[in-house]
Amino acid sequence: MSDALVLSDVRHSFGRTLALDNAQCRVRRGTVHALLGENGAGKSTLMRVAFGLLSADGGRLEVDGRPVHFRSSADAIAAGIGMVHQHFLLVPALTATENVALGGRGLLHRARAVARVKAFADRSGLSADPSMRVDQMTVGAQQRLEILRALAHDSRVLILDEPTAVLTPEEGMSLLRWVRGFVDGGGTAILITHKLREALAIADDVTVLRRGRTVLSRPRVEVDEAMLVEAVTGDAASESALALPAPARRPTEPVLALDKIDLIDGRGVTRLRDASLEVYAGEVVGVVGVEGSGQRELLRILAGRLRPTRGRVIAPRRVGFVPEDRLADALVPEMTLTENLVLAEAGSARGRLDWRAATERTAALLVSADVRADGPSALARELSGGNQQKFVVARERARSDAALVVEHPTRGLDIRASARVWDELLRAAREQQLAVVVYSPDLDEVRAIADRVVVCFAGNVRAMEGGTAGSDRASLGRALLGVN
Amino acid sequence: MDALMALWDGAFGSWYAVLSATMVRATPLLLVGLAVALAFRAGVLNIGAEGQLLVGASAATATSLVLTAWPRPLAILVMAAAGALAGAGWAGIAAWLRRRFAVLEVISTLMLNFVAAALVSWLVRGPLQEPTGVYSQSATIPESARWPLLISGHRLHLGFVVGVLAALGAWWILTRTAVGFRVRLVGASPRAATSAGGVNVARTVTGVFLVSGGLAGLAGASEIGGVTWSLYEGLSPGYGYSAIAVALLARLDPRGVIATALLLGALEAGAASMQRSANVPAVLGQVIVASLVLGVLGAQALRYRGLLRRGGVAKEAGA
Amino acid sequence: MIDSVLVPLLEATVRTATPLLFAALGELITERAGVINLGLEGSIIAGCLAALLAAQVGGVPLGFAGGAVAGLAVAALFALGVVGLRTDQVITGTAVTLLALGVTGTIHQSLVDVAVPTAAIPTSGSVAVPLLSHLPVVGPVLFDQPLATYALYLLAPVLAWWLASTHAGLALRATGERAEAAAAAGIATTRVRWAAILFGGMMGGLAGAALVLVQVGGFNEGMSAGRGFIAIAIVVLGRWTVRGTVFGALAFGGAFALQYLFQTSGSSVPYPLFLALPYVLTLVLLAVQRGERAMPAGLAKP
Repeated sequence: MSDALVLSDVRHSFGRTLALDNAQCRVRRGTVHALLGENGAGKSTLMRVAFGLLSADGGRLEVDGRPVHFRSSADAIAAGIGMVHQHFLLVPALTATENVALGGRGLLHRARAVARVKAFADRSGLSADPSMRVDQMTVGAQQRLEILRALAHDSRVLILDEPTAVLTPEEGMSLLRWVRGFVDGGGTAILITHKLREALAIADDVTVLRRGRTVLSRPRVEVDEAMLVEAVTGDAASESALALPAPARRPTEPVLALDKIDLIDGRGVTRLRDASLEVYAGEVVGVVGVEGSGQRELLRILAGRLRPTRGRVIAPRRVGFVPEDRLADALVPEMTLTENLVLAEAGSARGRLDWRAATERTAALLVSADVRADGPSALARELSGGNQQKFVVARERARSDAALVVEHPTRGLDIRASARVWDELLRAAREQQLAVVVYSPDLDEVRAIADRVVVCFAGNVRAMEGGTAGSDRASLGRALLGVN
Repeated sequence: MDALMALWDGAFGSWYAVLSATMVRATPLLLVGLAVALAFRAGVLNIGAEGQLLVGASAATATSLVLTAWPRPLAILVMAAAGALAGAGWAGIAAWLRRRFAVLEVISTLMLNFVAAALVSWLVRGPLQEPTGVYSQSATIPESARWPLLISGHRLHLGFVVGVLAALGAWWILTRTAVGFRVRLVGASPRAATSAGGVNVARTVTGVFLVSGGLAGLAGASEIGGVTWSLYEGLSPGYGYSAIAVALLARLDPRGVIATALLLGALEAGAASMQRSANVPAVLGQVIVASLVLGVLGAQALRYRGLLRRGGVAKEAGA
Repeated sequence: MIDSVLVPLLEATVRTATPLLFAALGELITERAGVINLGLEGSIIAGCLAALLAAQVGGVPLGFAGGAVAGLAVAALFALGVVGLRTDQVITGTAVTLLALGVTGTIHQSLVDVAVPTAAIPTSGSVAVPLLSHLPVVGPVLFDQPLATYALYLLAPVLAWWLASTHAGLALRATGERAEAAAAAGIATTRVRWAAILFGGMMGGLAGAALVLVQVGGFNEGMSAGRGFIAIAIVVLGRWTVRGTVFGALAFGGAFALQYLFQTSGSSVPYPLFLALPYVLTLVLLAVQRGERAMPAGLAKP
């Protein structure tokens, strides 16, 4: 049996971050190939290279045994590769038929195009209403349409990026059944997923990426759950740069508390279910969870930026919040650091602003938080990512004397800058006695700093027993991946 | 060369040129330019200053005509307030449409400009038409409502001082107060203003919209009270659109608006005299201004692209 | 009553709407690609002057060609900014309009000074369509019009068909709605926007040519008189469809015709307010149509 798609020694970096480090992936024709790994392991990046959306810095690509070079996704489509993106690339205001027809030439015969969509829908078993606009479809229907569109372009290799993440369990099941059928009919499917169970249930072959490298590549029959957990999570845990002792005795009253929280979003999807959490002064609680498991919502409720549908929240009046997208949500890149410091009280300030005092406060903060900048009048965008983040963390520490909520603080930072940011958070808890809640997709990071870890999976929040010591990497990894 | 000399003479050649031509023409540009600069600073694309000016001029005229017996300072104050309020109200329609229905203010303010022009057109033929009913213009406003001249024998009037004070005041508020800081934040990054600053963006935007309209309306009152003394259709030769150039060339800095308004005023005054004495078309001034604006826009865009390239930021993080 | 008032009114409506519809159909295509072109007014005024100059050399056909080219050139300047350099659409468009108004005024004044007082040319008259023009009411209103109007009878349905029934039209719509998705489907969105802006400018130029060669017969400074902005209003009023744009142009044309009628009849009706009606209607429609999302989702985004 020949190979449908082979990626060899693929390298790619985003700025200074190495996303793919000689990654390998061999996909046999007529199989379901599961591509596993944690967030940031390089799965999507590798597949974006395979689909021509990214041009790799190095490595080789073969389709059906022939070496190819894709300059754009149009080349990949022509070579018979289709990709279903995690965030769908459909035009909301157009109908299903029009979305499928997009990118063609010449005349657009409406009746013929509709018939074609119908035919593909019938043949593939993916139901679709050809004349319905995308913005009126359910998420499941949009995904089926994305697949239909790939099939309509004669895709023989289908890449599905986290296809079940946005679906209800029933929709997810039926999608996986469909994928099996597609492969049995001669197609090839690559399934990017975090969910081990899903991979084990459907895949013929499994490849695991960790930190941009291929760490496992075997037929399904040769692996079991334990092997995969180990491969996905690895063993190497980095050491904490700081060894400040955990609080000896827990205070009686929590600073932050959620009691039986439910959150239902605008589309009626339950994002959090019966979630409870207590955070005490002086401790760091780590939150882990794969993308879309409810951790983002959990943090925003704690920070007072989102109101739950049901349940009780206890929080101090002011909570420091470090959002993930710091350049969009935490800083104004074109303003000075002094102005960015005053930003924190912009909503409540009255009358005249004392810029001289603010400049002095900024200068003091730059020293105390070790932010490297050309003084308080430097523009926020002139700082490196690490210094921007240290500045934001220091500002948010000053905002509240009780609690600090932090979302993926090391996104885009190199190891050294990350370590400094973690130090800063640990200090906030130990020296300033703040209740600190941190989300990070990196298990090692969380384990290194958090006193306790809670896991989000599909809207459920579960505390790991026995603190970080008790939550060894394997059991944490299993909880993260929805394996009990 | 003759043309350039004529241009210079018309703008700065004599005290008369400066005080009766350049600065008089700069006055409405100053107030309206300030209106546009403030709005743009908050990310409000108010291109309806023209209409706000016309409505302000109409309200100021209507008010003045009934204030015959009032003492002068009070009459001027009331007619100016009427103009500002009317301008703010006119802008308020667009602000409300944006807040309530998410209508793009570019489209709504543009539409309202035409409605305002039609309104003036109706007023000067109907309710506000001069008593003889011959001309399409209002009666002359009473002495009590006319704005004082600053230097006798010259046409420069109180409006210029009002404009300069407004510009300095706006600069002070923008740079020194919490309200001004919120305005700048909302313009620079509504997301950070909401997320990190807890700023009520919708309220700030509406407030700026009203103030911007008020300044444009005040410009209308100033033209009526200081220059024309009556309302007619061609009152504004597109001040509301020239104001966009004034604001942009000043890089949206209120202090800079004083300078660019004078520059544009000088160009217009000079161009008019250039046409009289050197037979060079007056609209050449407009060409110069528009080219300057396009140049500034292009330069800014190129600088920004250069920044992006040097930064080498890859937005996609591998997942 | 019908023959003496209604027929002339309707005839004037169609005649007044002709240049408006040229510009509005162009702007419709531009906006469906996600670009709002406030430089359209500049294309129109450039088209006015170029049409006059070209027509003096080569008659009416060359006049229209000249108008189209001038409108296109102005739009190219706009596209260079907003597509090439990604400058702000609203500000760039306004600046381009100011520039075109200034340049045309300058050229015109320098020509007037050296040559004849006002270069006037005879307008191309209406051409009655055999048989059809004898129909009651409809005949004189629709089929005794200048050739430019007939061109629109053809162009409007062709554009509607092109938008709905060609892949190019689909690519244009997708670009205006969600450029990122269009690009992922292999569409060169930059090229699409350039083409859409140039087409819009060309139509603006033709609108100017129609104004000069069919209606006025000469050039005045600023004679475009806001028609470019009106065209934008028409597109909004027409809810970004060809059919709606045609009716929108007729609504504005009707408002103008009605105003002329009252103006000349010396009636006491407050006719200037009729001018405001279509704009008010546009605003009301904008407010109430929320949720139906007729507007291209990517409009005015870089």
